[in-house]
Amino acid sequence: MQKYRCQVCNYVYDPALGDPDGDIKPGTPFEKLPDDWVCPLCGAGKEEFVKA
Amino acid sequence: MKTQQIKEDIYWAGVIDWSVRNFHGHTYTTGRGTTYNAYLMLDKKVALVDTVYGPFASEFIENIRAVIDPARIDYIIANHVETDHSGALPEVLKLCPKAKVVGTQKCKEGLYKHYYCDMDFQVVKTGDTISLGKKTLTFIEAPMIHWPDSMFTYCPEEKLLMPNDAFGQHYAAAERFDDEVPESILMDEAVKYYANILWPLGSIILKKIEEVQKLKLPIDMIAPSHGIIWRGDPGKIVNAYVSWAKQETKPRVVIVYETMWGATERMARLMVKGLIDTGVDAGLFDINRADRTDIIKEMLGAKAFMFGSSTHDNGMLPNIAGFLESLKGLKPKNRIACAFGSFGWGGGAVANIEKVIAESGIEISQPALACKYMPDKEEISRCYEFGKAFGAKVLSG
Repeated sequence: MQKYRCQVCNYVYDPALGDPDGDIKPGTPFEKLPDDWVCPLCGAGKEEFVKA
Repeated sequence: MKTQQIKEDIYWAGVIDWSVRNFHGHTYTTGRGTTYNAYLMLDKKVALVDTVYGPFASEFIENIRAVIDPARIDYIIANHVETDHSGALPEVLKLCPKAKVVGTQKCKEGLYKHYYCDMDFQVVKTGDTISLGKKTLTFIEAPMIHWPDSMFTYCPEEKLLMPNDAFGQHYAAAERFDDEVPESILMDEAVKYYANILWPLGSIILKKIEEVQKLKLPIDMIAPSHGIIWRGDPGKIVNAYVSWAKQETKPRVVIVYETMWGATERMARLMVKGLIDTGVDAGLFDINRADRTDIIKEMLGAKAFMFGSSTHDNGMLPNIAGFLESLKGLKPKNRIACAFGSFGWGGGAVANIEKVIAESGIEISQPALACKYMPDKEEISRCYEFGKAFGAKVLSG
């Protein structure tokens, strides 16, 4: 699955890992993240992410 | 010195760092020093908003004592983890047995990772409030303006926004307010601060300003954590931030170069003549003589950049290389650029410069100009025309 990188802090969202602290289960594609999901490292919104 | 009252029962209790000339390491040249601003709010409950840099803890505590016994402080608002605002916190806490520290979850984690001491910490989110009695504190999370932990504190009764590092300036002065200092100096320092600290975060800043504007919070004073407080016209700095965050520019060209024996400098001086003759505004900076953080200030409002270097070891010179590496991190948008430089045999500098320009996301709007050794009569003319052609592009776009 496609990884996405936060342009603000360089965090990479890996769908295989999800975002456990944000209650995102492993296997969740980036496109299926809720609209109000934010980067777990810096708090930037989804729109700050680009394909890694 | 008297501790200054900025609103009824709200005091500036910060310290002035008159002497600092290099801020956070050597990343920011503070030619006018700085201040670390903290605010004491007296009500049924007493709140201290932010603290100061650790080495100033004793002076800071004296300033607090001039207003109130620190033991009476109920809340210490930690808008930001960074040590220039939290360094004195462990010392202050020793004198405030009943004080709760208030901040975001990331602030709680960050303070622990700085000071490894236990604090009675209250985590707050956007919209949370604490009543002090007559005055209320409302919190607005502001992640990445400019750290993940950053937060603004707002007092509706006093129409006072305390946004920590946002809207600050590194400017040590005896005066506290924007209507008491020369506007040109104040804005010069505000531009430099935005350019060097906040430039890459424009999209986040724009969204946060829109979010706060939608809340329609009346604001008649913005009290940042560095420098001068905006009360004469707080809208001025907010509008300036909107313009910078939108990456709005003027038809101005900033030329930055590094030279070995003067040939690249000769080229740069010919190009700037060409630029000026097209009617475009221009500034010329030798990376080894101008201050890097002043150059970045100059670049914030400029539409276009020209970067020059002699070739050395088949590449560009080391100081312009370092400068261009830092430019990548600033992520300038809607800019154009070009490269130039002299060489002796194989060349290489202009290709290296163009590579970094492209990596920075800046459009290369005309092919580089390279000259062997010193420019001859024809090359002199080409350098001048190179500047004219680039100036014309800046004016047309």
